[in-house]
Amino acid sequence: MTHYALIGTGVAAISAAEAIRTVDQAGEISIFGEDLFSYYSRPGLAYFLTDELEANQLFPYRTADYQKLRARFHQASVRRLLPNEKTLELDSATRITYDRLLIATGAQTIALKTPGADLNGVHKLDHLADARALLANAKRGRTALVTGGGITALELAEGLLARGVKVHYVMRSERYWSNVLDETESRIIESLLLREGIQLHHKSEIAEILGKNGRVVGVRLADGRSLRADLVAYAIGITPRIELAQAAGLTCERGILVDEFMRTSQADIFAAGDVAQVYDPVSQKHVLDSLWAPAREQGRLAGLNLAGQAASYQKPAAFNVTRLAGLTTTIIGAVGGGQDADLAGIARGDSETWRQLPDALVVQSGFEVNHLRLMIGQKHILGAIVMGDQKLSRPLQTLIHQKVEITPIHAALLVPQAPIADILAEFWAQQHTLQSLQALENH
Amino acid sequence: MLKRLFQKERARRTSLAQGQVVPDATRCVQCGICSFNCPVEIDVRRHAWRGEAVQHSRCLTCGECVARCPRGVLTFERTNLFTGAEK
Repeated sequence: MTHYALIGTGVAAISAAEAIRTVDQAGEISIFGEDLFSYYSRPGLAYFLTDELEANQLFPYRTADYQKLRARFHQASVRRLLPNEKTLELDSATRITYDRLLIATGAQTIALKTPGADLNGVHKLDHLADARALLANAKRGRTALVTGGGITALELAEGLLARGVKVHYVMRSERYWSNVLDETESRIIESLLLREGIQLHHKSEIAEILGKNGRVVGVRLADGRSLRADLVAYAIGITPRIELAQAAGLTCERGILVDEFMRTSQADIFAAGDVAQVYDPVSQKHVLDSLWAPAREQGRLAGLNLAGQAASYQKPAAFNVTRLAGLTTTIIGAVGGGQDADLAGIARGDSETWRQLPDALVVQSGFEVNHLRLMIGQKHILGAIVMGDQKLSRPLQTLIHQKVEITPIHAALLVPQAPIADILAEFWAQQHTLQSLQALENH
Repeated sequence: MLKRLFQKERARRTSLAQGQVVPDATRCVQCGICSFNCPVEIDVRRHAWRGEAVQHSRCLTCGECVARCPRGVLTFERTNLFTGAEK
């Protein structure tokens, strides 16, 4: 009987366990995690902060689901991995042998190194415990200072605002999320944030967090200004948790390097999710994604491979949906952009693929709350950002993922001020009819 | 103006009456807002995880889950009772 050991309790590990059970009903599955709360929706923490749901709703699995997996949960941290002996050593010094291993330890927030970062009242958002600590401190009428780029920083700002806290958002860059959004998009988000009452401080950074009796009382900015604040929340990027793998001699760069079968440099050890830097045959590079859907899919494939069923990961065009300043935003494929001074590497809910600069022409359309940007290549649409109305987001997902030729509308899309949304909608309707007819013929 | 309003309301009611809630699993992060807001306590999130339409006898097609989902995971799709589901 095979013993599968899975390290981690996020979506990659759960998805792997589910996949193992589709192949191997008899094997033993052990799941190791430090997180007291086991498997829950980490992206959902944003909505717990805004009070749109209660903490106990974040848990998708019920007792029956765990029973169905027939997995043993160990609330323990793994301190050492001994690949030659196929053994894990837990913090309690207990040793556990495995036949096949999955490392799905995820990623964690890069710690703020500013003087005063160790004061009481400085918050990050990795776990449910972090969200609870933040909320315990986020009393109505208090003032918070949020810093960082990307989705999580904004989620912190909006969560605090929803709790009646006055929010200052400090960013190093001259506009919000500059490595993914273009200037117009950043300004759309910023104008909505201002309207909500968040104060923005561009080209600004914290020089020091000021404290009194061990608690935050304010910050001193690099330009010398001081702001009073009762709490500081930060999200300056994440880093894959590779220490265990690195110490065991597995090949790592920023993440654990895996091939398209999610296999690490050791044949019996696999990695998936935020910790894995996955080989992409198309770009011939190992790429980091810190997105929920790829983590789930990588976990599933790792599970199948762990159970002996060879299955390779086809990296889809990077895709994520998020809500920025109340505006549903979908980012698909390569949208260009570059570095963001607020991020030390990748952000949560981010993909490196977005930052590839496609050899493409940009067309834009829309007004403040409905905005569409397309990156148009020679024959295909390479990337898109859809803000507000999401009607076109699914068609674009298909057009980009399936590399549908857009030759018939290519020229029309590039005409200045072209009604690109209408052109796309019409093209999609024709495509859809065509596909339905083909499906009927094949039937 | 009144006519347009009536037409809009008619379209809304038709889609509620003839539609079913369909998830797009790739957009879902299992946050649970859909299940939390369901007035008849259907675990909509579970359907989203499996990528299955909410074909539940208790579903009122009230649209609460569709409206509340922060990531646009859920949509109404028309059902045709005689030929099965169609997009």
